[in-house]
Amino acid sequence: MDLMTLLSLGQTAFELGLICSLTVLALFLSYSMLNVCDLSTDGCFTLGAAVGAAVALAGHPWLSLGAAMLAGICSGFVVALLQTRMGVNSLLAGIIVNTALYSINIAVMGGSSLLNLNKTDTVFSIVRTALDGTAFENAYKLIVAGAAVVLAMILLTLFLRTRLGLAIRATGDNPDMVRSSSINPVFTTTVGLCAANALTGLSGCLLAQSQKAVDINLGTGMVTIALASLLIGATVMGRGGIFKRALGVVLGAVIFRLVYTVALRLNMPAFMLKLVSSVIVVLAISVPYLRSRWPMLRRRMAHGRVKGGREEC
Amino acid sequence: MLTLSHISKTFNPGTVNEKKAISDLSLQLAPGDFVTIIGANGAGKSTLFNAICGSFYTDSGSILLGGEDVTFWPEHRRAKDIGRLFQDPMRGSAPGMTIEENLALAAGRGGWFARITKADREFFRERLSLLDMGLEDRLRQPVGLLSGGQRQALTLMMATMVPPKLLLLDEHTAALDPGTADKVLELTKKIVADAKLTCLMITHNMQSALELGNRTLMMDSGRIILDVGGKEREGLTVNDLLARFKAGVGRTLDNDRMLLS
Repeated sequence: MDLMTLLSLGQTAFELGLICSLTVLALFLSYSMLNVCDLSTDGCFTLGAAVGAAVALAGHPWLSLGAAMLAGICSGFVVALLQTRMGVNSLLAGIIVNTALYSINIAVMGGSSLLNLNKTDTVFSIVRTALDGTAFENAYKLIVAGAAVVLAMILLTLFLRTRLGLAIRATGDNPDMVRSSSINPVFTTTVGLCAANALTGLSGCLLAQSQKAVDINLGTGMVTIALASLLIGATVMGRGGIFKRALGVVLGAVIFRLVYTVALRLNMPAFMLKLVSSVIVVLAISVPYLRSRWPMLRRRMAHGRVKGGREEC
Repeated sequence: MLTLSHISKTFNPGTVNEKKAISDLSLQLAPGDFVTIIGANGAGKSTLFNAICGSFYTDSGSILLGGEDVTFWPEHRRAKDIGRLFQDPMRGSAPGMTIEENLALAAGRGGWFARITKADREFFRERLSLLDMGLEDRLRQPVGLLSGGQRQALTLMMATMVPPKLLLLDEHTAALDPGTADKVLELTKKIVADAKLTCLMITHNMQSALELGNRTLMMDSGRIILDVGGKEREGLTVNDLLARFKAGVGRTLDNDRMLLS
């Protein structure tokens, strides 16, 4: 394999990583900040893709980004409504909305489970035309995805430092304290989930437009992949301020895609992606837990050995 | 400042676990009152605070705070007028956020999109220096790194930064070591006196119940069985209190954490 192929593979992985890092930023908001595991992420990702594709097909590629985010906000609002006002358990609320979104996504795609964007103007094709002939003409995907991620990261960091952002962070940290600051945690949860799902929708929309197709299973397993990226990012970056952590999140998403690409080159079949991401999530969550239990386990094992020895005597 | 009229609360009504936590309780606090509350385990002291804060709605009766009927206000809305400290020093602050972020939330200044300004930081630093714990130089450290006493002092600061109409202290020094407890109590007295706050304080220390404030309540079975203030309270000793309790309830005061001296 020559260097050019390697570079182009790396670039593809980088682009994919950047696009998916928007979903990881969404989970950064809902999972790390709000302490809500939003299982509607898969469906919402596809929703963003489907709505974005439908609007792009109608001839409004730029509008498609806003429309996808708006669709994500609606989906996030429903999840928040179910868990804060209607007594549905938060995990269940996500699963229910995720299931419902399957039907909605097919409806958005006009009853089909596949939409083709080959002959449609997308944000990517517009930027490619604009960059035609310049030095960056091959990097158009990178530029669009990078711009979206940088913008999202800056806005998110600024947002999390406002009073509302602080309240959202405190909701996951200590809801009692939010209430005693005369802020309604229902409100902060709702705003947080809406904002997070707007990012997820945007992420789906960009992925669909970059690969010029949407299929109903586009988002399947996205929540696990994003969680894996999130946890990789947290491990790589360590502790720090909000911006540093957000940067780590994006880095995690890119690292995940790069590792995945390398694994594919080493003849790992593509269908293993979801197994690998599941294993990463399990490891990232369980290793710190097992490590904290390890001294205890070792003591118990040593204790068992001593007891066994005595019995022999 | 606070008027409770005939409030009642029964938990798990109609089941074997039915518990009448507050029964037909009325209480009136004048502005600037500093009231200490003592009582046996399960007497309804914390439940009374929960009722005032709106953790649940009472079954009957009404609650007036600063002339406003707050009986059906949700908890977060009442919180604007009520500051509350719990026995657990971890309950009042968010460990994953920095000291200044916690203070900014408590101060609640500006709109939803307001950010922490230089002036805010200056104000926080000035307030924190009153605690004399060196926290003013640690504004950007996460609250999770502070000790229990520091966190309780910080919570006290947060609860009183915007002077509340009512300050509720629920054995807020009970989980601290004696030295720290004294310090937090001194701070409490100073802050309450400076801002002329109206304050209700649950304590298991009968001596400080008589020494602090201007009025003492004794609770049992969800009712106030003793309410002394003014001249009558001045000459009262712990033994008198115990005797009054026995006379009122017909049994001795029983609280596994009650300090008699």
